This record gives sequence, C-alpha cells and structure tokens, in this order.
Amino acid sequence: MDNLKEKAFQDKIDQDTRIEPKDWMPENYRKALIRQISQHAHSEIVGMLPEGNWVTRAPNLRRKVALLAKVQDEAGHGLYLYAAAETLGVSRDDLIDQLHTGKAKYSSIFNYPTISWADMGTIGWLVDGAAIMNQVPLCRCSYGPYARAMVRVCKEESFHQRQGYEILLTLSRGTEAQKQMLQDSVNRWWWPSLMMFGPSDSDSPHSAQSMAWKIKRFSNDELRQRFVDACVDQARILGVTLPDPDLKWNEERGHYDFGEIDWDEFWQVVKGHGPCNKDRIETRVKAYEDGAWVREAATAYAEKQAKRKEKVA
Amino acid sequence: MKDWPLYEVFIRSKAGLHHRHVGSLHAADDTMAIEHARDVYCRRNEGVSIWVVKSDDIVANDPAESDALFNPAENKVYRHPTFYDLPDNVKHM
Ligand SMILES: [Fe+2]
Ligand SMILES: [Fe+2]
Repeated sequence: MDNLKEKAFQDKIDQDTRIEPKDWMPENYRKALIRQISQHAHSEIVGMLPEGNWVTRAPNLRRKVALLAKVQDEAGHGLYLYAAAETLGVSRDDLIDQLHTGKAKYSSIFNYPTISWADMGTIGWLVDGAAIMNQVPLCRCSYGPYARAMVRVCKEESFHQRQGYEILLTLSRGTEAQKQMLQDSVNRWWWPSLMMFGPSDSDSPHSAQSMAWKIKRFSNDELRQRFVDACVDQARILGVTLPDPDLKWNEERGHYDFGEIDWDEFWQVVKGHGPCNKDRIETRVKAYEDGAWVREAATAYAEKQAKRKEKVA
Repeated sequence: MKDWPLYEVFIRSKAGLHHRHVGSLHAADDTMAIEHARDVYCRRNEGVSIWVVKSDDIVANDPAESDALFNPAENKVYRHPTFYDLPDNVKHM
C-alpha cells in the first residue's frame, strides 16, 4: 500500500506538482523538510545577532535605519519559516527548544564575530549574497509552504545585499584606514561565506535524495561556483582582493577556479567549536527568558478578556 | 510554554482585490494577531486590509477524497464557451 502511495507521490514530484500540508507524503520526506526548514528558520533568527551588535553604533542615521530594517526582516524570515515547518506537524515551542538546547543546527556563518563596521557591509554583500544564491532555487521547492515562504524571503533579500554593498562602496572611496578595514573584513568573511553552501557534493549525505524529491534543485558545488563567478567582478569594483591565490579564470570551464576550502574549520564550527557558538546561543536564550514576563502577561490578558466576553454573552 | 493559538493571515493588497492567504502566526488573542500580521506580513505596504482567523476554525475538505469531490466537474465540457461551434462570421460573441 505504502509502495503504491510512494510511487504516486514521486510521480507528482516528477510532474512538478507541489505537495501541500495535508497531502500524503513519505515519513522521510517530512523529516527531511522539518530538518531543513527549521535549520533555515534558526539561521535567520541567530543571524540577527552578529548585526544586532552594530545597530547602536551605526555611523549615521541612514545606516542605522537600514540596518534595523534588515535585522527586522531577518526576524520576519525566521517567522515565515517556523510557520512553514509547523505545517508539517511540529510545534513552535519544540523547535525553539531544539535551538536553545543546542540540538538543532543553524548556518555556521553566524558563529563568526563582527569586529568592525565594515563587517556590516561584508555580511550584506557576501553572506546575504550567498543566502540569495541558495534561496532563489528554493522558491521552486516541491513543498508548497516552504516555496511560498521563500518567495517572500527572496523579495526582501535584495535590499539586504544592496545596502551591504553600498556600505563597502563608501569605505572603498574613503581614507586609507577605511580601505584597510574593508580589505580586512573581506579577508575574514570570504572563506566562511563559501562554506555556507555546505560540504562538497561527495560529502553531502542528504543531497541526492533531496534532489530526487526536488527539495533541492542544484548541488552545493554548483551553487558555490555560481557565487564565486558573481563575486569576482563585484570585488573588482570595490577594489578589494579576494583572499585566494588560486582564484583565476578557467577559459575551458568558463568559470573561475578557486582554492580548497578548509573543511576542518567548517566541521569544527558546525560541531560547536567556532569563535561565537556559545555566545550566540547564550544571547538567544537570555533574550527569550527576558521576554517571558511579556508572554505571560499577554496570555493572562487574553484569558481575562475571553472570560469577560463569556460573561456578557 | 504552550504555544499561543495559530492564526491564518489573509491580506488584501489593494482595494478591488480579494484577500489572499499569506501565511500564519501565533498570537495570544485576536487583537495581537492583527498587530503581528501587520509586522510580519506588511512591512512594505503589502496590504490595505487584514483578516485573521484561528486555524482551528477553518473547515477544509479531505485531500484523500478530493477525486470524489472534484472529478464530477471534469467531464462537463458543455459548461465552457468553446464547446459550442459557431461560424467565423458571427462577431462579438
Ligand atoms: Fe534572511
Ligand atoms: Fe538577509
């Protein structure tokens, strides 16, 4: 029986028919989606922290309102995605608990520190840039609620990347010290940004199945290559050097070749030993706990109002 | 903490158009649901009107039975204008 259902399910996927929450789906498809969507949601939420660090120290009001709006968007992205994950039968409370207890993963990029203002620019340019590269194909993901959430997210992301690039452009036209700050920032963020696409295809255990289910449309290496190809010209306009001596145009492939990624570093950060893993989760948990009284008050108020309504009726 | 009730959010993007489902959110009560819907789904003038409804209050058909529900419409081609043959010289019809 399940075999027949599974065949009908795969046929639907092959014909590009979207799967919706109440449709039958294989348990592993559900699990894979819950894992991916919740990791994605956690990344948006934790992703607010490195930038939140600079909101009060933005150099002027224009930069400050833009950064605030961007951070607020990331909160929104987290919420769209949690809601999409919940359509698969998990509760919000459980998802948040998994993040706070360290059971759930989020993108390793957010475990790096933001030590200069230039990092706000570099994050917008490279980190949001890499996120866009990953997210655009997800707008055609086989699971309807995830795909629809990604359409909203992608519409908002392009402002993020442009505001970051504009920060860097300003620095690139500034003093010697500002140019150095820009170069230093790109040096620190370039390789971690390339790691955002995940392990190489040969080391990516879930990739093949995700492709067959059309959760994923392109492989990690393919997307990473596109990202590198797009960044080279953008770096040239900024007058910065991408920190990779092996980066050069390959006429035959029609792509840029680039150096080997330090996968040891990647796995170290994924396993919790990055520069800020501990700090990020502590900050997150503290914010949640500090907000408990607000949630309790809102619940009490809602209950009181409901009772009052009952009496009148 | 137990999750607050789940609400579905519908937005009318401009006067003259239908409200359209945009997603869902949790809120303690109806008023908060509207406020959250504004913050989560209307940060860029996406709407002129918001509806929220508790997800539990939505009645939906069972997708496992959707064939029985929708198939009867499939063989009723005579409900479409193209079913009727008319000569080319009949205009404005
Ligand atoms: Fe985002
Ligand atoms: Fe973003």
